Amino acid sequence: MDLDFSSAEQAFRTEVRDWLATNVPNPPLPSGDTRDGFAAHLEWERRLFDARYAVVSWPTELGGRDASLWEWLIFEEEYWLAGAPQRVTQNGIFLLAPTIFEFGTPDQQTRILPKMASGEEAWCQGWSEPNAGSDLAGIRSRARRDDAGGGWRLTGQKTWTTRGAFCTHLFGLFRTDPDAPRHNGMTYLLVDLRQPGITVRPVERLDGDDGFAEVFFDDAFVPDDMVLGEVNKGWQVAMATTGSERGLTLRSPGRFLATAQRLIDLHRDRVTSSASDGPVDDELRDRIVQAWIDAEAYRWQTFWTVTKLLDGGQAGAESSMVKVFWSELDVRLHELALELLGPHAELVDGDFAQWIKGYQFALSGPIYAGTNEIQRNVIAERVLGLPRR
Amino acid sequence: MRFAFTTEQLELRDAVRDLLRRECAPEAVRAAWTNDTGRAPKAWAALAEMGALAVMAPEATGGFGLTEVDAILIAEAAGYAALPEPIVDTMLIAAPWGLVQHAQSAVVVVPESPCTAWADSADVVLTLAADGVRTVPASDCSLVAHTSVDGARRLFDVSIPAGCEPQRPVADAAVAFRRGVLGTAAQLVGLAERMLTMTVDYAKEREQFGVKIGTFQAVKHHLANARTKLEFARPLVYRAAATMAAGDRSAGLHASMAKAQAGDAARIAARAALQCHGAIGYTTEYDLHLFMKRTWALDASWGDPAWHRRFVGAQIL
Repeated sequence: MDLDFSSAEQAFRTEVRDWLATNVPNPPLPSGDTRDGFAAHLEWERRLFDARYAVVSWPTELGGRDASLWEWLIFEEEYWLAGAPQRVTQNGIFLLAPTIFEFGTPDQQTRILPKMASGEEAWCQGWSEPNAGSDLAGIRSRARRDDAGGGWRLTGQKTWTTRGAFCTHLFGLFRTDPDAPRHNGMTYLLVDLRQPGITVRPVERLDGDDGFAEVFFDDAFVPDDMVLGEVNKGWQVAMATTGSERGLTLRSPGRFLATAQRLIDLHRDRVTSSASDGPVDDELRDRIVQAWIDAEAYRWQTFWTVTKLLDGGQAGAESSMVKVFWSELDVRLHELALELLGPHAELVDGDFAQWIKGYQFALSGPIYAGTNEIQRNVIAERVLGLPRR
Repeated sequence: MRFAFTTEQLELRDAVRDLLRRECAPEAVRAAWTNDTGRAPKAWAALAEMGALAVMAPEATGGFGLTEVDAILIAEAAGYAALPEPIVDTMLIAAPWGLVQHAQSAVVVVPESPCTAWADSADVVLTLAADGVRTVPASDCSLVAHTSVDGARRLFDVSIPAGCEPQRPVADAAVAFRRGVLGTAAQLVGLAERMLTMTVDYAKEREQFGVKIGTFQAVKHHLANARTKLEFARPLVYRAAATMAAGDRSAGLHASMAKAQAGDAARIAARAALQCHGAIGYTTEYDLHLFMKRTWALDASWGDPAWHRRFVGAQIL
């Protein structure tokens, strides 16, 4: 076992830290889940891209640095510890991009990825439909063959589409063979939202931002070169993406280590402040320490997994345990902060607003990317080997 | 960074697992509940014979001069088997200091635990105190017996003779304590895995309402939760072992994090295991109780999770 980062990795950490120290916006940007905030975040994404920090793990020719998994984890730790902005491009760069690297043609890769990395094109995920949430294979949106146009014509509806009102593109599953069995006959399509036949209606989320959208398709067009993977094999392609979403590419330990550190800082402020809130009781203190230990546990479980991957192993169904763990940890970290804040917890203005705001976002964690109930079924059946039925 | 065991380390672990599967089956643990010593002499002799107890002993005295990283895999295998022996005290603390040879055993008296298991049958007693480490022949100690929930663990309140001076400095008491904490955490990880394995096997066989109970979502979710807890305990134990072996100054902190996490994981595994077994698990005729009771005992030994979280809190808050 060797638990030290190499001198090159440590130098990379220092470089990232120094750059973030002088570049992270202060005061913080407005929420990226509003129209104005989204635009401000795209400017930030452009700055990241110009400094080649937008997609460090990608190949250099596509805007990245060919960073190793270790360097990517280091970048993430530094990024979130510096209090840098949320990544409004994340559904593209962390969910779609790994799928394009795996299933995309070389032409698709060079055409789509650099614009995604620079924020010139912003991608949202078109999975859920009104009648297909956890049961993703229940989607009904259709794609019909248009031989004359050389592509597909879309009809139907997607919903709960994160930042769908602000993005230029959508990736999603559409039924291309309605007579095929449930998990077949779907195709993974890359849709330009800037065309007639697309109607987007913003939907206000729990936290009050227009972070969701409904997307209606009425004869919208997708050319053949925007089909990802094979026609009618969309399910297999999509499963690769949900694997990324549950696992470390979407929610690296850096996020939760940073939140845990902010919780520790909040506790310290609370203890040293002269406010009349009274001392923090031992039981709350105990739970704060446990949450910090859990964030560390996530870090080391990730290092364990990354070593396994570099040795040629697979992440597999274990990623469902990761998803349950980080999503519940995130809720717990925020709940503890709200407990510490006491009567200040409800304030959505002022210094503490990040916590109630963050709490509402954290509450979505156990729901999206496959609810935690679905994940527990996966853990039971595919990690423990219990019978499906 | 390479956070994984070597092939040699895993081979040693597998060899110990195989040995314990033969020599420390549940019948051997059950026998320890009623025999004179509460121990499993055949398993202990076999472990000594294969050299497992001497992994950290100096090469000059016939040991292997290996580190905590090697030893915790053995401790984890011992936990998996619920081996009723003072293996952590002997292998991780007494043997590296050359205080025991061959099949001798040692027990360590720590201020955080009121009693010490198997003090009556050990060859050497070590005490950890604020002024250092004392080593006393077991025969010189006076013992007051107590009874553990785990019938194999023969507990004693140990008093050493008056006027006995420490042989080793305060720093060694800290080393011994964190090694004991680490080894106990590793045993708890092994216990958690064993209880989960037993319960998954049971849920695949047991039928109610005409189907295997493992098909019920309620059962699945109990076990998925316990498995997830274990998944996020193990790496902290391995990390603490590696930093301890490297002489990292934070190793004590890491050991406490590991013990708190492993204790919670094992306790939750025990709870899920019992609930999913139902009434059969509530009997002492069935083996589960052997592992549950060892879990409760070790969770409370060498500082319980709340103790370790206080220790961690004092450094991070």
